[in-house]
Amino acid sequence: MFDVYKIRKDFPILSREVNGKPLVYFDNAATSQTPQAVIDTIVDYYSNYNANIHRGVHYLSQEATDVYEEARKKIRKHFNAARLHEIIFTSGTTHSINLVATGFSSILKKGDEIIVSALEHHSNIVPWQMLCERTGAILKVIPMNEEGALEMDAYDALLSEKTKLVFTNHVSNALGTVNPIKQIIDKAHAVGAAVLIDGAQSCPHIKPDVQELDVDFYVASAHKMCGPTGVGMLYGKEEWLNKLPPYQGGGEMIAEVTFEKTTYADLPHKFEAGTPNICGGIAFGAAIDYMNAIGFDTIAAYEDELLKYGTEKLLEIEGLKIYGTTENKTSVISFNIEGIHPYDIGTIVDKLGIAVRTGHHCAQPIMDYYKIPGTVRASFSFYNTKEEIDALVEAVRKAKMMLS
Amino acid sequence: MTIQDIQNDIVDEFSMFDDWMQRYEYMIELGKSLPLIEEQYKTEENIIKGCQSKVWVHAELEDDKLLFTADSDAIITKGIIAILIRAFSGQKPQDIINADTSFIDDIGLKEHLSPTRANGLVSMIKQLKLYAIAYQTQLN
Repeated sequence: MFDVYKIRKDFPILSREVNGKPLVYFDNAATSQTPQAVIDTIVDYYSNYNANIHRGVHYLSQEATDVYEEARKKIRKHFNAARLHEIIFTSGTTHSINLVATGFSSILKKGDEIIVSALEHHSNIVPWQMLCERTGAILKVIPMNEEGALEMDAYDALLSEKTKLVFTNHVSNALGTVNPIKQIIDKAHAVGAAVLIDGAQSCPHIKPDVQELDVDFYVASAHKMCGPTGVGMLYGKEEWLNKLPPYQGGGEMIAEVTFEKTTYADLPHKFEAGTPNICGGIAFGAAIDYMNAIGFDTIAAYEDELLKYGTEKLLEIEGLKIYGTTENKTSVISFNIEGIHPYDIGTIVDKLGIAVRTGHHCAQPIMDYYKIPGTVRASFSFYNTKEEIDALVEAVRKAKMMLS
Repeated sequence: MTIQDIQNDIVDEFSMFDDWMQRYEYMIELGKSLPLIEEQYKTEENIIKGCQSKVWVHAELEDDKLLFTADSDAIITKGIIAILIRAFSGQKPQDIINADTSFIDDIGLKEHLSPTRANGLVSMIKQLKLYAIAYQTQLN
């Protein structure tokens, strides 16, 4: 039986105060909070076996290497990758996307087409625009509709034999829309295009199976799923990872170095130049363990309850409009109140101890679509409560009163 | 009145309130008295960068004094810029350049002074001072 009050005890930060009020943390889509189990893992690493990995023959180095590689196994299992070396440690989703986008520089030719969705975070737009500048490839956009869903008919029309790559997020960070990625992947494959799915926002709520999805690349960040910042992963099908050239040169990624020629290491090390975020990788593994112990079905069911409750309560406020109203969405509520700037609401709500995000959420094209400067975004996690949502609703009412 | 006198007045006014809500309400009230920028000056180049909300500021020299007008699409930001303009408008450019702005701290808006704060109070102060430097150069 899921007991949120018991779960909350796992997160030390949730008992602190902000501006003299108990913290209500609703900025989970930006970064999630860290359970004691993950904090303990970090402390244990630095207290007991901090050493560089894959290099030393000494005991500590071996131990650190073993635990780090154990974390890779946990990630593989979590995402159900077919092979361990298909999991690359990166510094996060943005790094993962840049790695793939840079690699495609040597694959794409002038006039090739790549397709992005209108719902993307800037991190899944800009690296591809840069790729187009380098190669002369053309960027096409799957449009969105008023509900915040992708126009799948328009996607069909964009696909052709010229399409080489399609990249969308699994879940929109600004609206919470869950995109029909299986359909997107299958249709792209039908014309021979590869697909990268940005899982930064889905992984806190959904357990993706990369084999079942048959996705070519799937990327995620640890800090959105109870892990630390500065670490993430890239899943890539072996055949694709072999095709892409190394991203950065350095230690770890080489087989042999002479001044005449360097040969590269095998996967996954080919893409892991330099000393990695060892502690971060290990803590990422611990975070995955923590979330799986609760269970993603349990998490999703509870968060959906919070989403329904929050949506209902917030909509009782006159003049409040929610952006992103599709059936299938994660626990994100992006909203505005008629005639009030989202920044003003965020400021007042913050004074009441509630952390929400305001602004364009690094997804300016979505804001342009709705012709708004930004939204207030409350994103719920499995450790949030209905009482906290009540506090948010009361704070928004107070803000509305002050600002109208 | 010198900039310092005006700032002291503002600090006195804010000291009447004992909680943040009243201070914010007063600031919102002050925003309504902001000398509004003329539509023709609401251009891209007059937008202060570093603000989550849009802030436009225009400066004009009248005799040897600088007059500011401004606007914002967010009401709290409008209040903040109104306070700054009240302190600076109608003053000599050199006095604006030399002005201390720690009074913002004294009126309980310290959190807005952080350079990482997205509302860009720091950017606003910088922009007003940049106008003053530009016009001071002209006067020299």
